[in-house]
Amino acid sequence: MASKQPSMFTNPVMRWVDERFPVTGLMKEHLTEYYAPKNFNFWYYFGSLAMLVLVLQIVTGIFLTMNYKPDANYAFGSVEYIMRDVDYGWLIRYMHSTGASMFFVVVYLHMCRGLMYGSYRKPRELIWIFGCLIYLCLMAEAFFGYLLPWGQMSFWGAQVIVNLFAAVPFIGPDLAVWIRGDYAVGDATLNRFFAFHVIALPLVLLGLVAAHIIALHEVGSNNPDGVEIKQGPKGNRWSKDAPADGIPFHPYYTVKDIVGVVVFLMIFSAIVFFAPEMGGYFLEYNNFVPADPLKTPDHIAPVWYFTPFYSILRAVPPMFGSQFPGVIAMGLSTLIFFALPWLDRSTVRSIRYRGTQWKTWFTIFIACFLILGYLGVKPTTVWGQFGEWASFLDTKDRATWVARLCTVLYFAFFFLMPWYSAADKTKPVPSRVTYGDDVKAVPAAGE
Amino acid sequence: MSEPVNQSRRRAAIATAAVPGAMLGAAAVAPFVTSMTPSERAKAAGAPVEVDISNLKPGEKVNVEWRGKVVWVMKRTPEQIASLSQIPASQLADPMSAGSKQPAYVDPKTRSISPELVVMEGVCTHLGCSPVSRLTPGELGNDWLGGFYCPCHGSKFDVAGRVYTGSPAPTNLPVPDHKIDGTKLVIGITPDGKEA
Repeated sequence: MASKQPSMFTNPVMRWVDERFPVTGLMKEHLTEYYAPKNFNFWYYFGSLAMLVLVLQIVTGIFLTMNYKPDANYAFGSVEYIMRDVDYGWLIRYMHSTGASMFFVVVYLHMCRGLMYGSYRKPRELIWIFGCLIYLCLMAEAFFGYLLPWGQMSFWGAQVIVNLFAAVPFIGPDLAVWIRGDYAVGDATLNRFFAFHVIALPLVLLGLVAAHIIALHEVGSNNPDGVEIKQGPKGNRWSKDAPADGIPFHPYYTVKDIVGVVVFLMIFSAIVFFAPEMGGYFLEYNNFVPADPLKTPDHIAPVWYFTPFYSILRAVPPMFGSQFPGVIAMGLSTLIFFALPWLDRSTVRSIRYRGTQWKTWFTIFIACFLILGYLGVKPTTVWGQFGEWASFLDTKDRATWVARLCTVLYFAFFFLMPWYSAADKTKPVPSRVTYGDDVKAVPAAGE
Repeated sequence: MSEPVNQSRRRAAIATAAVPGAMLGAAAVAPFVTSMTPSERAKAAGAPVEVDISNLKPGEKVNVEWRGKVVWVMKRTPEQIASLSQIPASQLADPMSAGSKQPAYVDPKTRSISPELVVMEGVCTHLGCSPVSRLTPGELGNDWLGGFYCPCHGSKFDVAGRVYTGSPAPTNLPVPDHKIDGTKLVIGITPDGKEA
């Protein structure tokens, strides 16, 4: 960590602080003397945007807890109260609900960046693992938070997810009762999900984000070329020891990120003010109906960010009289990301220098993820049924069969990666970073 | 200077302190884990429920809450009872309810004490949603004889709660213990009066 350095401040108060706490050291290590590759592009906005949304969620969340009541008899009413009677309560709540969806938008784009440019490859495996843990934590946070308004979708969503644990052989039913704190989803469940949502998981999330960034700043950022700038020539305008292709994070990337923040907030505000429900995708219509344990809504679907995994759950048929295989498949589809650094055997990192095989598989994977996501919000009969001739199929829903195909391809992308990534015909990687469009105009090393 | 450090003695001392420390730490977790199990009040809330069935007409179904779950009480029409025999056994995952949850005193096929009145938990055995009534024949395709459809993951059941093959639900809808006493139905109690 930060070693003792001469203070960067002239202000006597800051100098006093600096002798007792490494303000200068921390700022230099993480901002002014953290050298990031100079060729970051559009895809590098989403890490800082995820941090912004995290802060927005924490701040709006604190203000929501001032009026929310985690009690099955009052929860739904207290959310209506926030919306109607609390000054600017509607704004705070819509910021929080829109923030939840936008969190997943930026995190999915951030993960896609990692996939495209091989940011999970050695020596960045731990950054990737911390990132995967953040993603899991975020899904848990979103799930616990979704129960709190105590609407129909809150209730039945929680019912389904908690019952996933009941499918675990032997201990399942007891485990589900332990999670719920009752024999059915009820007040005890709501109360504890509130505790998880507002304190337990946010603490874990903040710790993981810190670990993610510490690990990143230890090994340095990857870039769209997947070229290791620390192995390139040394010496730039700021330091003769720093990588020649690195620029200080502050001010160069802080200023760039501010541009991203401004554009992001324009989109974010447009949603908050004009389409907070986003056509039922950010706030589902059935959730404006109070939870009714006796009646499942006619069409239930999770919020959009869970639908690819939900489709996988739904696509796997029961085996041996148990729905556990579907639950395993769904769990595996989120956990498989952890293995990526060891599945990829390519000699290059970035998609720019990969061959046809990897690019084809990557395209298939993205397409399957999107198709599964789409199918997850629709009933299984959305594309109609096969005719009588298809009686040998165990189900005639066309969408179920498409989902099964996509599920197989989703897993094939990962499980076949050790072979196709190694067999792929890659392009030569330049010795220095490029700006993408002028790959040939790379200055010779030691320009 | 001082005498050389005895490494094995030091390791033994650390182990002697660390092992009981870790055990105590693990023991301290127990009350917190146990605090998350159902409270005494939640456990006490599972009393049997009484339902008046004198006004229930053939084809009608009422929903009753028992132990936080929805229980369907339905009086089947003669056509509905007949439909139970028209479904080929190959289309049902568990036609005789061998692997499904139900008391021994109900008929494994009609899944009821008498063919007319069926009592079952309206809780899908897949992931716990409550299936919706699709009782009109033909409502879910030409060969549909009427039954229930789970809106969550598309499981299909007949009017006895028996699950069709190809549904994500592995077993038939559970039948709870119940007792019929003239026009009075008690859920959560066996016909000989034992509490479930």
